[in-house]
Amino acid sequence: MAQNTHSHGSHGSHDSHAAHAGHAQHHDHKPHGWRRWVYATNHKDIGTMYLVFAGLMFFIGGSMAMVIRLELFKPGMQFVDPAFFNSMTTMHALVMIFGAVMPAWTGLANWMIPMQVGAPDMALPRLNNFSFWILPFAFLILLSTLFVPGGAPAGGWTMYPPLVLQGGSSFPMLIFAVHMMGASSILGAINVIVTIMNMRAPGMTLLRMPLFVWTWLITAYLLIAVMPVLAGAVTMLLTDHFFGTTFFTASGGGDPVMFQHIFWFFGHPEVYILILPAFGIVSEIIPTFARKPLFGYEAMVYATASIAFLSFIVWAHHMFTVGMPLAGQLFFMLSTMLIAIPTGVKVFNWTATLWKGSLSFEPPMLFALAFLFLFTIGGFSGLMLAIVPADYQYQDTYFVVAHFHYVLVPGAIFAIMAGVYYWLPKWTGNMYDQKLAKWHFWLSTIFVNVLFFPQHFLGLAGMPRRIPDYAVQFTDWNMVSSIGGFVFGASQLLFPYIIWKCVRGGERIGNRAWEGAHGLEWELPSPPPYHSWEQAPSDAVIARGAEH
Amino acid sequence: MLKSVRYLAALAAVLATSSPAVHADEGWSLLNMTPGVTAMSRTIYDLHMTIFWICVVIGVAVFGVMIYSIVMFRRSTGAVPDTTMVHNTRVEIVWTVVPVAILIAMAVPAAKTLVQTEDLRNTELSIKVTGYQWGWNYDYLDRGVTFFSRLDRQSDAARQLASGIDPNTVPHYLLNVDNPLVVPVGTKVRLLITAHDVIHSWWVPAFGVKKDAIPGFVNEAWFLIDADKPGLYRGQCAELCGRDHGFMPIVVDARSKADFDAWVKAKAAEQKPQTTTPATAQASASAPTTG
Repeated sequence: MAQNTHSHGSHGSHDSHAAHAGHAQHHDHKPHGWRRWVYATNHKDIGTMYLVFAGLMFFIGGSMAMVIRLELFKPGMQFVDPAFFNSMTTMHALVMIFGAVMPAWTGLANWMIPMQVGAPDMALPRLNNFSFWILPFAFLILLSTLFVPGGAPAGGWTMYPPLVLQGGSSFPMLIFAVHMMGASSILGAINVIVTIMNMRAPGMTLLRMPLFVWTWLITAYLLIAVMPVLAGAVTMLLTDHFFGTTFFTASGGGDPVMFQHIFWFFGHPEVYILILPAFGIVSEIIPTFARKPLFGYEAMVYATASIAFLSFIVWAHHMFTVGMPLAGQLFFMLSTMLIAIPTGVKVFNWTATLWKGSLSFEPPMLFALAFLFLFTIGGFSGLMLAIVPADYQYQDTYFVVAHFHYVLVPGAIFAIMAGVYYWLPKWTGNMYDQKLAKWHFWLSTIFVNVLFFPQHFLGLAGMPRRIPDYAVQFTDWNMVSSIGGFVFGASQLLFPYIIWKCVRGGERIGNRAWEGAHGLEWELPSPPPYHSWEQAPSDAVIARGAEH
Repeated sequence: MLKSVRYLAALAAVLATSSPAVHADEGWSLLNMTPGVTAMSRTIYDLHMTIFWICVVIGVAVFGVMIYSIVMFRRSTGAVPDTTMVHNTRVEIVWTVVPVAILIAMAVPAAKTLVQTEDLRNTELSIKVTGYQWGWNYDYLDRGVTFFSRLDRQSDAARQLASGIDPNTVPHYLLNVDNPLVVPVGTKVRLLITAHDVIHSWWVPAFGVKKDAIPGFVNEAWFLIDADKPGLYRGQCAELCGRDHGFMPIVVDARSKADFDAWVKAKAAEQKPQTTTPATAQASASAPTTG
């Protein structure tokens, strides 16, 4: 048991001054009712709102994926107009990237970073409130484009001109929504950096920080570096459309390909923004359930930093077919291949952590292991995509769709689920229904492969992406993929049910929900007090947590 | 009974008449890239397979260790963790250096192939390809032949929302056009690729050629079809270009040099009366019609 379970906060009903031994809790006067959420400044409340919002968007974006898979179930147009189909692919991506995955990471950062570095809260609580509350309005604007004349954006989430400039009323709404999402991300990132840099407990040196904190710190710098680039790119689109500029119009001296360069200068770091925190979570879960410290902690930190650096010099591998000079293609091929090295280091380190461990297979571990296998498959297809001549055949086919869904669904999203299953008992004080969570795991893992693996075949056989209908020889694997999609989609309904059940009650757990867990969050009571570490943890406690 | 026998007989007849070559690219057996019909597409295919097998070997090794660990080091079977195993410089150097060597081995053939794809010397025929929403215009430079190529009417009727037409009854559904691009085999053909409105991408998998068609810019690509492989080769637009992006296929009709020369002569003669002045020729060539 921890020697400093000093400030118990009994969840939900804080009458503030019912203080515990020695610690005045006069900060603990949280508002009740709707004010608790609208005026929220507490990192856990804001974290919860981020996670609930991300969950909601996950199901909205998922419903759009179901429309896509339904129309692609067999050849011929059965359900939707091609233009609406294009809106679905575009909106699915925007909602999943900016609405589901990124807010889920910010939610987990809000909940966990203060607890993991020994801080009472995030450094900038009001900024935290603002950065969250921008998001519902951004998505209100984005989703309402489904009902405006001309329909929702249909030019792809990549917003390539000139196509995107053909958008109707949805176009300025898309631009404004992207600006808002970017602002929210930047504010969230600033908060993460300031918290980590200034709020660490004495003794929590940088190289004692848990990897989730490390990966988020690096992610936050990536966000601050590239979100303004995206904002600039979409602003140029806006002025091209409404104010007569021709940044991306050849007839006015502009260049449509320049947009792609700017977009992917944002876009490639963006994909690491989506995946780096996943590396962090997996690096915490695997040691817990292998009952063994993470192998090569420092190598993991340096590998993460290398990946972040490389992400700035590989962007044009998304656009090998635009007609770049030979030297450019060679450079971006080689720089992209380099990413395999730090990524390989990570996979090898996780594998070495399993080696000679004492493994048990609770739901967070299951999701982390699925991540390990399936993310690696996505890594292999990524390496294949780096080979320029072969990429001429892969580019814009379902092979690419399979690749990025492997790294984003059983990659990023499985890691988010692993994180939720790992920390949910900490957040609620209750153990969830592990049997049901294992059902959730097995259904997800089996059907995510039924859904995405055949898409490799389709792409190699010549099926382009972003098409609403296809030649009949592609029927069989599309049907398999759709069936996988439907079952995968339906089985995700288990996730909110399991969480809801756990919030309502369950077997009470102590500070340390998992016997092999290390880290400061496990030294706090479950659920943790409203202000996580009102008094900094002692050096001994920090050292015990940082067993790597 | 009789019915099922007749059914089986019919099935056997179908199986017997359809050569494996036809069925290799259909249905369940459609799993991989095809080697194509140009030296370049075969080089790309070989490169793809080389890297695929390298990934398979690495995958078997890495997944093997993971699976071995999951099977052997289970708490339920009494495994005791080795908590001192946190770091090993020698191992870490090995698993950094070995991947570097593998990557270099991959990069060398890839770079060589890439240099070849950019070698546009000694082309014998130049065709300007212009992408439209939604179709392709082909202009045989200096040959006086230009025409528009778009989705064939049968596919177009079947692809309408709830058309009631079974796509399986349409020959080459969505992969058929009214006017295919006719090219000679055994000839290095240069494409000058551009677009009229938004970005498109001209892709024929059998040639290993995919190049974006960008309004205001001209991209170059080339292919050289094997002299002994005349035939019809099909592809599609590969860059999202709006509502009917999925409905602008490419069909290339590769003919012997003699047949091509005859075709181009006849086609030029056919188009001549219309081209009274260069201005009207251009106007008629660039009029996009949409489906």
